[in-house]
Amino acid sequence: MSAAPVRFERIRAAYEGNTTPAVDEVSLEIPPGALVVLLGPSGCGKTTLLRTVNRMVEPQSGAVFIDDRDVRSEDPTQLRRGIGYVIQAVGLFAHMNVAQNIGIVPDLLGWPQAEIAARVDELLTLVQLDPQVYRSRRPRELSGGQQQRVGVARALAARPRVLLMDEPFGAVDAIVRQSLQDETLRIQRTLGTTTLFVTHDVDEALRIADRIVVMSAGKVVQYDTPLRVLAAPANDYVAQLMESHDGVRRLSVLHAGDAARSAPGLASGTAIDAGATLRAALALLLGGADSLDVIANGTRVGALDFAAIRAAFNQAAG
Amino acid sequence: MNYLFAHPGIVGAHLLEHLALTASALAIAIVIAVPLGILVNRVRASSAPILGVLGVIYTIPSLALFALLIPLEGLGFMTAVTALAAYAQMILVRNIAAGLDTVPAAQKDAARGLGFSPFQQLVRIELPQALPVMLGGFRIATVSVIGIANIAAWINAGGLGTLLFAGIQQDDPGKIVAGSLASALLAIGADTGLRAIEKRARA
Repeated sequence: MSAAPVRFERIRAAYEGNTTPAVDEVSLEIPPGALVVLLGPSGCGKTTLLRTVNRMVEPQSGAVFIDDRDVRSEDPTQLRRGIGYVIQAVGLFAHMNVAQNIGIVPDLLGWPQAEIAARVDELLTLVQLDPQVYRSRRPRELSGGQQQRVGVARALAARPRVLLMDEPFGAVDAIVRQSLQDETLRIQRTLGTTTLFVTHDVDEALRIADRIVVMSAGKVVQYDTPLRVLAAPANDYVAQLMESHDGVRRLSVLHAGDAARSAPGLASGTAIDAGATLRAALALLLGGADSLDVIANGTRVGALDFAAIRAAFNQAAG
Repeated sequence: MNYLFAHPGIVGAHLLEHLALTASALAIAIVIAVPLGILVNRVRASSAPILGVLGVIYTIPSLALFALLIPLEGLGFMTAVTALAAYAQMILVRNIAAGLDTVPAAQKDAARGLGFSPFQQLVRIELPQALPVMLGGFRIATVSVIGIANIAAWINAGGLGTLLFAGIQQDDPGKIVAGSLASALLAIGADTGLRAIEKRARA
């Protein structure tokens, strides 16, 4: 699975009849294999910026490079077949079944039918839908969450170099949204596809992003890791957007493994995975545990208590 | 009734002429209407002028339209086919455009973003979903054309109208009944058959 870097160079994109550009001189480097979230209120230009990557929007000036190649060097139709595209409204083709929807880009690319069928089953399994059950269902027979799973599978079918997701989970309810976020993260880690993800939901951004691009009025205000955006907001706008004063929120981007103290000796009884957030750890401590055993790959790597969480919190704030 | 049973061959021959008129007119009409309907759907500015002109044609009384075409094409089969095809345009173009309008914007955005060419998007995503509405338009156009084709006999184009006009002139109710009955049955048959196809397309 190939992952490609994406580079925006002084992108300026304006819509007809608007004097102020939707995207104003944005330059960004997205490292290969990263999951980068474009975050900001509606109208900040995040979707416009995303759509310059697959040439759904053509900027007035500047250029987008995938793998150091200008996207304009390729025919837009061909280019798009190599880029995954997921939108909020999903847009599954109503006259096709699930398998046909997922297999559509490989079909456009002329893959042999047997290979497409195998790929469809592989992807349904990846998005945790049983191929036997769902392969021949129609989109209207699926719940909103299932439809978006199929939407993600369809976007990944032809092994894209880059995946674009435009508020993909904005239309599903909170519980489904969280499980879709977890799965997006799991799938992204499995495949390592460079992913650009647009959202206005701060918690969603903190949950899944390797790095966050905070946008306002067509400009990038801050481009940093979730922790840095929370702990060291670039200005008042970012601080307000992220509600950086909210300590609990900050704990949600810190991990148990990073805060664990080496604590030789006996296990205390309550275990937590090293990858779990400190927010989850705090909840366990408040639940009555005196100390937590931090477990990585099945072995105890340290312990966590209130003091350790506070130390990690203060260190992150500094 | 007597005429129908006494001369099934004559009625049958006129029925075949009627079918030929209707089928030719509809075939030509579709060839013109599909691109026009797509144009109306794709280019908003084209909608008012195209539907406007077709609407005007649609309101001309059929007898007058046949008469108008005589100086251009003379009497006969082709003139009748031209007039009938012109009539069908309004219904066909409207329904093709309306059918394409039913395809949700999200599907079109997804198709474009996934790498469909404009032609592939039209043929593989939009037309299949517009089909039920388009077929509905085709059914209404067919029934209308079968009815109006009776007037075509007035310009020597043949068809079941021949029996009607002859019956009126000769004061022969048998011919009138035979002609109307055959034409009505043809219309009902076409309507029923096309309705069944439409239903299957919707499923």
